[in-house]
Amino acid sequence: MSIRRLLAMAYKESLQIWRDPRSLAIALLLPLIQMVLLGYGVSLDIKRVPLCIDDQEHSQFSRALVERFVASGWFSVVHDLDTDRSIRDAMDHGTCIGVVTIPVDFSRVLATTGSAGVQTVFDATDVNTTNIALGYAQGVIAQTTADFAAQWAGRHGVRRATIGTVDYEPRVWFNEGLESRNFIIPGVIAVILALIGAQLTSLTISREWERGTMEQLISTPVTALEVMLGKLIPYFFVGLFDAAFCLVAAISWFDVPFRGDMATLLAATALFTLVVLGIGYVISVWIRSQLGASQVALLLTMVPVTMLSGYTFAIEQMPAPIQALSLLVYARYYVTILRAVFLKGSGISDLMLPILALVLYAAAIVLIAAHAFRKRLD
Amino acid sequence: MTGAAPAVIAEGLTKRFGSFTAVDRLDLRIATGEVVGFIGPNGAGKSTTIRLLCGLLRPSAGRASVAGFDVARQPEAVRAHIGYMSQKFSLYGDLTCRENLLFFAGIYLVPPQETEERIRFAITMAGLDGREDALVRTLAGGWKQRLALGCAILHRPPVLFLDEPTSGVEPQARRRFWDLIHHLAADGVTILVSTHYMDEAEYCNRIALIDAGRLVAIGSPSELRRHDLGGDLLELACAPLGAALAAVRQLPDVLEASIFGDKLHVLVHDSASAAPRLQASLQQLHLTASPPRRITPSLEDVFVKLVSRPMTQG
Repeated sequence: MSIRRLLAMAYKESLQIWRDPRSLAIALLLPLIQMVLLGYGVSLDIKRVPLCIDDQEHSQFSRALVERFVASGWFSVVHDLDTDRSIRDAMDHGTCIGVVTIPVDFSRVLATTGSAGVQTVFDATDVNTTNIALGYAQGVIAQTTADFAAQWAGRHGVRRATIGTVDYEPRVWFNEGLESRNFIIPGVIAVILALIGAQLTSLTISREWERGTMEQLISTPVTALEVMLGKLIPYFFVGLFDAAFCLVAAISWFDVPFRGDMATLLAATALFTLVVLGIGYVISVWIRSQLGASQVALLLTMVPVTMLSGYTFAIEQMPAPIQALSLLVYARYYVTILRAVFLKGSGISDLMLPILALVLYAAAIVLIAAHAFRKRLD
Repeated sequence: MTGAAPAVIAEGLTKRFGSFTAVDRLDLRIATGEVVGFIGPNGAGKSTTIRLLCGLLRPSAGRASVAGFDVARQPEAVRAHIGYMSQKFSLYGDLTCRENLLFFAGIYLVPPQETEERIRFAITMAGLDGREDALVRTLAGGWKQRLALGCAILHRPPVLFLDEPTSGVEPQARRRFWDLIHHLAADGVTILVSTHYMDEAEYCNRIALIDAGRLVAIGSPSELRRHDLGGDLLELACAPLGAALAAVRQLPDVLEASIFGDKLHVLVHDSASAAPRLQASLQQLHLTASPPRRITPSLEDVFVKLVSRPMTQG
């Protein structure tokens, strides 16, 4: 291999990236757009879910319950449910997705029996939101009820222990606020890098075939390895630049806590960038039209990376064959590393396994890429 | 012709694509410093032969060597010793003239201390002084082709393969391009150049005529011009040409007839007896015709006879 030829190749490729509006847009604009779309658009948190309260009692308790719902921040309480308007109507109109009914005799039943029921009805067309909202609603109601029961017991000289409440003090680690953003944004970085990396290099060989420059290039003594490395080097720096942009955006714009060390993250990012660029390059060698190569690159990255990397859908909850399949998805390891470095502050020693997986992947793809390109027309 | 080993040797060179034979048992020897013109209709196998000789395609049968290296077994050594201009323009349009030259100088490992001088030379040769920093896609055809030639000779290759380098280039620019070819040949560079312009065939030391993948004839322009057509050639102007051609072909005296520009070329056994009969027949058909005149066959007449179908015009 000649360093001079390698540099000539890399310099030429850099000039072409710089002068090609499409490459520049993919390299510079796409990360920005994706970061905004995925960063803001994808959230598993619920905030201000519209909730109706059908307060048939109008007591101290019912007012307290409404206050607690509002104070939680998870719900916005819509008061306009009058008794003659059915619950069904409110849900059909989308006025609210849940109704909490406090019966007329709630306080009396609670006072005489020590326990009383509150009815909740939820619209389950959006299962995810409803599941989460239902959980929060139960929490609010249980807490309020328990407090009331305790007050009632105190007033009536009954010792609290006889009611048999258990104090439950939940603690979550690493993402204390249970912010799904902290969990999703590191994954978004992986998705963006995978998409952009494969897109960029998927055009690099096919463009030379389409423009007719390839025939000239392969008539020279340049070697396949020099072509590959010369083409990947500039894109590698573009990839690292995009990664840096995404990281800075994640930390300073989306306020995702960063607890790990940069060195681990950079090493993993460099490996991952190499893998995605290599995949794009191999696609580009195999498919000689720019459009075809770009489509295949999109298909081969988008589906596995969004579905099987664990960036939104937990791999642990998938059926065993799909879990096995996800082991092949290179982004899975990077997502794991990103999350661990960001939220847990893990270092290289904690992440040996996923880093090793990325090293193997990178080695394999570089090997395939180095042998994929043939300096022949037939 | 010199006594040195031939720069290009092809023996039984064959290339098949599936059931189609693009190049069929081609034998060719080109001496060092010779300019050989490759002539033939479109699809005759000119480009395929050149690609085989550049090591871009693997021969199906036969062998070929260029500058002493076997094209199938030592393609990289061949590539280091040749310059190639493909039929389609193949420099980087989004790079400037200088950037293209710098790129190929790097790829061909031109010694760094000589790079600047050779780039300077290529720019002057292409007539691009003052336009070094223009993007190549903005250049006109003639400039592009001369720049492509400049890129192909940066490493001073002993053998040059030029595949229709002047197609689509205006006549003056074509003339200028051929001057460059002759300058290179004078320096000892061996050149195989394909073309479909008949006038360009005259500029070559030898012409190789190829048709349907086979080498039909090879020789200097004057040798080929003396090729026996098997009769006398008559030329006549007549109108309408198409009707006249159809009519002439029906006549018993006529061996062959074809359209050359605005005239008919008619091959007959004996011009003295055939000419009056030819004119009489055309008048009978109410076709206006000039008196047939015996002419010396041109290269094109020979090619038409050898290929027995019309040559494509650019």
